[in-house]
Formats: sequence, C-alpha cells, structure tokens
Amino acid sequence: MNDSVLKTLTVSFLVCLFCSLVVSYAAVSLRDMQNLNKLNDQRIKILKTAAIYNPDVSIESQFSRLTPKFVDFSTGDLLDEYGEYDLNTYDPVYFSKQPEHSTPIPASKDIAIVKNQENIGKIYLLKDSSSNLEKIILPIRGYGLWGTLFGYIAIDKDLNTIKGLEFYAHKETPGLGAEVDNPKWKSLWDGKSIYKNGEVEIEVIKGKVDPSNQMASYQVDGLSGATLTSRGVTNMLVYWFGESGYKETLKNINYDS
Amino acid sequence: MTVKQYKEVLAKPLLEENPITLQILGICSALAVTSNLSVTLVMCVALTSVVSFSNLFISIIRNYIPSSVRIIVQMTIIASLVIVVDELLKAYDYETSKKLSVFVGLIITNCIVMGRAEAFAMKEKPFISFLDGLGNGLGYSIILIAVAVVRELFGAGTLMGYEILPLVSNGGWYPANNLLLLPPSSFILIGLMIWGIRAYKTDQIEPNEYKLSKHATAPDLSKRELNV
Repeated sequence: MNDSVLKTLTVSFLVCLFCSLVVSYAAVSLRDMQNLNKLNDQRIKILKTAAIYNPDVSIESQFSRLTPKFVDFSTGDLLDEYGEYDLNTYDPVYFSKQPEHSTPIPASKDIAIVKNQENIGKIYLLKDSSSNLEKIILPIRGYGLWGTLFGYIAIDKDLNTIKGLEFYAHKETPGLGAEVDNPKWKSLWDGKSIYKNGEVEIEVIKGKVDPSNQMASYQVDGLSGATLTSRGVTNMLVYWFGESGYKETLKNINYDS
Repeated sequence: MTVKQYKEVLAKPLLEENPITLQILGICSALAVTSNLSVTLVMCVALTSVVSFSNLFISIIRNYIPSSVRIIVQMTIIASLVIVVDELLKAYDYETSKKLSVFVGLIITNCIVMGRAEAFAMKEKPFISFLDGLGNGLGYSIILIAVAVVRELFGAGTLMGYEILPLVSNGGWYPANNLLLLPPSSFILIGLMIWGIRAYKTDQIEPNEYKLSKHATAPDLSKRELNV
C-alpha cells in the first residue's frame, strides 16, 4: 500500500527532511572556506590590477605590500581610522547598503547608477621599497547592461595614468559584455590618461581608437556588440573620478607627496 | 547477482550502451563544458558522483516511494546531491567552480541522472544500482574527455593549460581552429563519434521509421489542373 495518502505524505516529508538536513549541513560547514575563497579571489583581482600578482607566492604575503586607507568622500581626506571598524576587513560595498553609513546619490548626478554611496570608502596604496608611492588602486562600480559591475582600477603616481583595470563581479552577456574580462581588452587601458585640464575625459568609444587623434590617449576601443556595457564603463569612470568620487582624494594625495 | 553481472552493468554503458552516443542524453553539458580539459574533468567527476549516489539512495528507498510522487522524490534526492557537490566545489576548487558556473547546477536536469534513476534504480538493488550509475557516469566521462581533448588541443593548442602546439599568435607554427572553441563543434565531434561507433557496432544502427517507396507510375500531366 505505497499509494495511500498518509504514506505519500510521510515518505515525501521524510525525504525532504533528510535532504534539507544534508544540504544545510554542507552549506553551513563549508561556508567559512567559501568565504575565504571569495575574499582571496577579490584580493587576487586587486593584486592583478596593481600588476604585482604572482601565483606562486601566498596571497596573504603579497597582499601585505598594499597599504589600505579609508577615504572620506565628503572631504577627500585619507584616514587611518574610522569609528570601530577594522581597516583590513572593512567592506565599502557592504556599508553602501547601510543607511547610516551611506548617502543616496541624487538622480541627476547618478550617471553610473550607483544609487547609494558609502560615506567612507577604502583604497589601496602600493609603495616601493623606499616607501614612495608607486600606484593607487581604487574600487569602482556602476551599472552595465544587466547589473552592476564591480572592479578595481590602478593609477600611476602621477595620479592621471591608468595602469590596470579588473572587474571581479558582473552579470554582462558572455561573449559580448563579459568581454570586459578579456585580457586583450584590459591591456588596452594601460597608459591611458584620465584628466585633461581637470575634467574627466577618459572614454570607451565606439569602434577602434584612431592613434593619430589627439584625444587617443583618453580613448579605449569599444567592445563590439556591447555598446551599453561600454557606456556603463565610461559612466562609471566619469562618476568615480568626478567630484563625488576620488577627485578630491587624488588632489590631497598630490599635495601630500 | 554474480560478479559477471556486476562487471556487465559496469562495462556496458562505456561503449555498447553509452548514454551520450547511443541514448543521446546529456548533450547540453557535453557542448557547454568541453572547451577546456581540466574543467571537463571536474564536470565528469561531479556528474559521475551525482549519478552513482542518486542511484544508490533511490534504490535504497525504492520500495517505499509512492508511484504518484516518485519523480519528485527522485528529483529531491538528485537536487540535494547536486547542491552538495556545488558547495564542495565552491569550497575546494573555486576557480573551476567559477568556470563551470551554472553547469554544475544543471546536472539536476541532466537526462542521464533522471533516466538511470527511473529506468534502473527504481527496480534493482542498491549495490548494482550504484555500479550502474558509476558505469553511466564513466561512459559520459569517456565521451566528454575525448571531445575536450580534441577541442582544446586543436582549438587552443594546449592540454590542461599546457602548451602542446605552439600557436601562430604566440610565435609558433600552429594556426588555431577557432571553430573548435565554439559549442557547435561538439555537435560535429559527437556526430563523428556516433558514426564511428555505429560503423563498428552495427547493431546500434536504428531502422528507418519510414521507408521511401519508388513511384510505381509516371505522373499523368494531362490530369493536372492548371491554375493560370
């Protein structure tokens, strides 16, 4: 009598109970390891952006070459302390979702559709052996076609030349927008300039950059078939290097050095 | 059950009753994850373990499963196993799990798993069901590995990421065949394999469903209506 209602319900219930126990045990017991993997993956992206990643050396020790700093977006100051938060574990993306630690961006200014910006960001400084500033790694994010792209951009000590760009999370179309991960395209960014006379001029254009154009050092080839993703990347850079982003911070770093 | 039967259950799905080339099941993942051998190997291990253990667990409770809800009970067990495999991959091989992305989750919908559960594990004892799952998983793996070796070697000039044929673009002599890196090339490769296996094992050839008959008489054009 396998087909009685009681038996059907009992068997279904027991199977579900057992399976849910197995699944939740696996999920909970492996969570720490998975989070560590995610963190390391993000750290590898930061190291790759800074172009100092070496797969043979432990991530921990490579990452210690970078100096994290808090950034106060309202003043552009670099801080070593912010409330009770630890500089090493502070996650700006998490804090951008906490109303008491973030500010909604007015729609007229929100070209990259960031929506809420954290009050305090976090950047990384790469210093050489005599502790002179070598590169700055800044987190950026903004909307592409299907979702927000999260990435890092490295700029040189002249505070104007891009040294690298990496995205660690996005939802763009594989083969089209997802070509933001293509090493060839990423290598195009190396050496491009951001500001011209104080304005952000860097842009992902449609088609190929004409090297004879005087704006060529401010332009990057567009991704074919991914116009909206390319626009999203441009908007993201204009936003984060503009007044509400890192512009003041970069000025401050310039005065410091 | 004798040892001979065990051997037969394990060995038959490798070539004679291969799930991909004879039953044409599990084609989706065979197209999607075979452009790179190391990713393919992880996928093969994942699928083989899911199909073996789902067969084992379903067979253990086969006498208690009410026939009205048997498919959903099988699905629950398969889905749980797939989630566990996915979680293990995320914890122990994060890079590959990122490359496999949705395809580990899609093992749930892989027809081989469902097919073996319904066709074998619901009728047979646990141990032999486990072997049947293992055999079918290995049969799937053989074809996937063969496709992946051809695709990666001739598409990218590498195997497991190591350079075998130096590419022209890297200063070597081999011009890469980019078609092989695209999913449709697996169709061509699997088609060629099915042709090869059926030329060797002629009993796998299916009879035509309809026979073409010759026209007995020539058409009478004078009877045709003219729609001018």
